[in-house]
Amino acid sequence: MSINGKAYVAGVYEHPTRKATDKSLAQLHAESALGALKDAGLTKDDVDGYFCAGDAPGLGPLSLVDYMGLKLKHLDATETGGSSYVLHVGHAAEAIAMGKCSVALITLAGRPRAEGMATGTAPRNYGSSAPDVAFEFPFGPTVVNMYAMCAQRHMYEYGTTSEQLAWIKVAASHHAQYNEHAMLKNVVTVDEVVNSPMIADPLHRLDCCVISDGGGAIIVTSPEIAKTLKRPLVKVIGAGEAPKHQMGGKIDLTYSGAVWSGPMAFEEAHVKPTDIKYASIYDSFTITVLMQLEDLGFCEKGKGGAFVSDGNLIAGTGKLPFNTDGGGLCNNHPANRGGLTKVIEAVRQLRGEAHPNVQVQNCDLALAHGTGGSLGTRHGSATVIMERE
Amino acid sequence: MTVKQRTFPSPLADPDTEQFWSAAKQGKLMVGNCNSCGEKFYYPRSICPHCGDQNVTLVESSGKGVIYSWSVLRRADPPFAIAYVTLNEGPTMMTNIIECDLDSLAIGQRVKLKFSETEEADGPPVPTFVLD
Repeated sequence: MSINGKAYVAGVYEHPTRKATDKSLAQLHAESALGALKDAGLTKDDVDGYFCAGDAPGLGPLSLVDYMGLKLKHLDATETGGSSYVLHVGHAAEAIAMGKCSVALITLAGRPRAEGMATGTAPRNYGSSAPDVAFEFPFGPTVVNMYAMCAQRHMYEYGTTSEQLAWIKVAASHHAQYNEHAMLKNVVTVDEVVNSPMIADPLHRLDCCVISDGGGAIIVTSPEIAKTLKRPLVKVIGAGEAPKHQMGGKIDLTYSGAVWSGPMAFEEAHVKPTDIKYASIYDSFTITVLMQLEDLGFCEKGKGGAFVSDGNLIAGTGKLPFNTDGGGLCNNHPANRGGLTKVIEAVRQLRGEAHPNVQVQNCDLALAHGTGGSLGTRHGSATVIMERE
Repeated sequence: MTVKQRTFPSPLADPDTEQFWSAAKQGKLMVGNCNSCGEKFYYPRSICPHCGDQNVTLVESSGKGVIYSWSVLRRADPPFAIAYVTLNEGPTMMTNIIECDLDSLAIGQRVKLKFSETEEADGPPVPTFVLD
């Protein structure tokens, strides 16, 4: 059984705020939900399935379901960090294909800026009962130094350079200049990236994504309902998900879980990487993008540095336009979780609703991919492939 | 240049890892050993992550290895070097490289075990490494 063609993305909404001192976390979730429902042409009462992850306040999905007053017959609070919402699109398609629900709502929101969270440079403790904590937390693993170790090893094994990584940020900045909501709208150069302060060797400040408040929501629905709505038809044709971890100490930092989630999605969609017209690639750091592009099969393992260079990811000039909203590197990384906005920009591209200066011509096939958790320890990978009908 | 060393939070032992941390207090770094499939693993736990068997024991590591990857967190005060070290016994483990020149670390450098005391008075030391 396959989800190919069994579900459509009917509504998306990216909350415009980037600093939400005046809004509660639940409010951001609810405003995002209402925005996506309005985009789809549906109402709250149409929702019968709800999907959220660890950013939802309260016990799993329950507090937000209560807050929004939803009446549901399907729930899923699978938590894989920033990739959760890409994974939820796949799960929603499965639930719809099985007849468990017909209008699935996915929400994300967070306020790390308003709360003054040291997002990248302070170790996070997920609770002392997590079995790995005693063997890692004392050594100060942060988001940035763990991704940095992946970059360091990639450079060692494949000769990848800081200048090549910088091209990823340069491409994102070229796109962000057209996004009125982007946090960083200035176009930057390779020199500016590699000369920005070193945060954790070999990652510089401009190799890192922004820290932003905000949120977003996605509506996934059945073919029957999607075809009654007045929006362009965006069909889910493939999905894959996989965790990667330390494998008992057989650690290999040169690849991500995308080596498994990607092929699953491509196989289900009956397409190959060279067919993809636009890709939303998780961009917590420049190295995240480079490794995922290799792992998804857009280029050979170890050749990511050459692939991203010289503007190859820039819409209009490059072979693989990516993150045309400016991505997490320049636009928005709400709640320190970039998966949902990856799906949103892919849907905009498929609808022809991206900014005219970055809209990919005849964009009928797009991919969105997320990595959640830490590339350097444990993470969930999720890939979704969508087609404009 | 050698900089001020960071202080280490004390790890919490649980029934699964009590033996490991008791050994650490005696200056021994232990790794998991599966009596069923013969694989060694890290971090140690009650089940072999390779074959799933519960017939596991701890064996002492030589405390020697090489740097698999590293990064200096320049924004920390004081800056410090996190690393993955591949032990001669096979498994790769997260650690810190201490008492070193933070500007000359490299993948492949040989390192040896040197436990570091932790914040709590009765907390076990944690396995860190110095250049060999």
